[in-house]
Amino acid sequence: MITISAISEIFPVLMQGIKITITVLLASIVCGYLFAFIAGFCRLSNNVILRKFTGLYVEVFRGTSLIVQLFWLYYALPILFGFDLGSDFWAGVLAISLNYGAYMSEIVRGSILSVAKGQTEAATALNMSSFQRMRLVIFPQAVKMMLPEFGNYLIQMLKATSLVSLIGMTDILYYGDILRSSNLSQAPTVYLLVLVFYFILALPLIFLTRKMESISKKGVASE
Amino acid sequence: MNGNWSWDTFSEAFPIVLEGIWITIGLTIACYLFALIFGFVWTFLRRVPFKPFNWVVTWVMEFIRSTPPLVQLFFIFYAWPMVPVVGMALDPFTSAVLGLGIHFSTYIGEVYRSGIDGVDKGQWEASTALNFSTRQKWMKIILPQAIPPTIPMLGNYLIIMFKEVPLASTIGVVGILHMANSYGAQHWAYLEPLTIVAILFLILSYPSAILIKKLEIKMNTRFDKKAVLNGSSKGAVS
Repeated sequence: MITISAISEIFPVLMQGIKITITVLLASIVCGYLFAFIAGFCRLSNNVILRKFTGLYVEVFRGTSLIVQLFWLYYALPILFGFDLGSDFWAGVLAISLNYGAYMSEIVRGSILSVAKGQTEAATALNMSSFQRMRLVIFPQAVKMMLPEFGNYLIQMLKATSLVSLIGMTDILYYGDILRSSNLSQAPTVYLLVLVFYFILALPLIFLTRKMESISKKGVASE
Repeated sequence: MNGNWSWDTFSEAFPIVLEGIWITIGLTIACYLFALIFGFVWTFLRRVPFKPFNWVVTWVMEFIRSTPPLVQLFFIFYAWPMVPVVGMALDPFTSAVLGLGIHFSTYIGEVYRSGIDGVDKGQWEASTALNFSTRQKWMKIILPQAIPPTIPMLGNYLIIMFKEVPLASTIGVVGILHMANSYGAQHWAYLEPLTIVAILFLILSYPSAILIKKLEIKMNTRFDKKAVLNGSSKGAVS
């Protein structure tokens, strides 16, 4: 059933999609973390309007599902405002990064809030400005706490990139679907290979996550 | 700016999209129950005291967890009928229950494991000392203590799963997203039906998220109190 010749036939076709998958993943990771930090800090701001507004963003994007957001950005947004996002690429990247940015902003907020109060007080006693307090004392400690969860979300984002094939982007799954529709009897080999492709992409992320976990544990007194 | 928004389309599309809600909710519940039960299978497979087997199970779980559920759905729906001997054609609903159910069972299995690991070692020793059979040990001592603390986490997974269920529209399960897309294709109006879908998700998932948050706080205080009464320091500091 799964023969070497079938694999060697399918493999190069799927390879054509790997570039799009990786590009979408990297762009989503960069934008996702950016949104996470912006939204996380805005939710801690003293400005009520800013806080409420980001709160709304976070709840809306966490409360609806990614596939709905993707379709909304791709099909509905251009109708509503009369402008295109330029390409399906940006619709895909924006959907993934806005969605996971909302989830991760909660981690940013939670980690900053859970840095012990005494640290802020000590930094104030040392006559640091509020910016210095955040940059030199609070933030370095908070980032350490964020690392394990951030690692998990890397893998979530990789899985999410498979959705962009639904809006016509030519990623791995897109080529898999084309192969399947041209020869249905090949479907098991095709999808198994697609899964293996994603798993191989996920492996470095899995090890990175473990690394981040061990970094985050280092220097923390065990109970 | 929003001159393209039409309330007429909105009110026309609303009942049509709403027809799909029962399929969406039904699929969520079916997937969830499947994952709850299948999660136990993973938990017990990982406890088999044979290293190589353990290693294989761990990596199979990792494989399922780190590959996209969408591809897994396609595998079960399109490829499974073509697999020799064991393969058979499944309808979209069953495929979705299997695909999403298996995907999330690996997460649920981890939740169970954390619950079981959280049970004090003395409980195992005490039940052995009292001459309990393995079955009694699990049913009467370990699981009743392991599962309740994980309820908030399990509740979170219910909400996460609810938000993953629209993936099933890609293999033809006629939930709300599918209804909205077919309405959009027929009338060439995607804005209103897709917005309705988003609103429906929001009004269903937001209150449940708040409910679970409350449950979590309640459970935390309850289990902390217990720990204090038992004189155990674990988890008592808060």
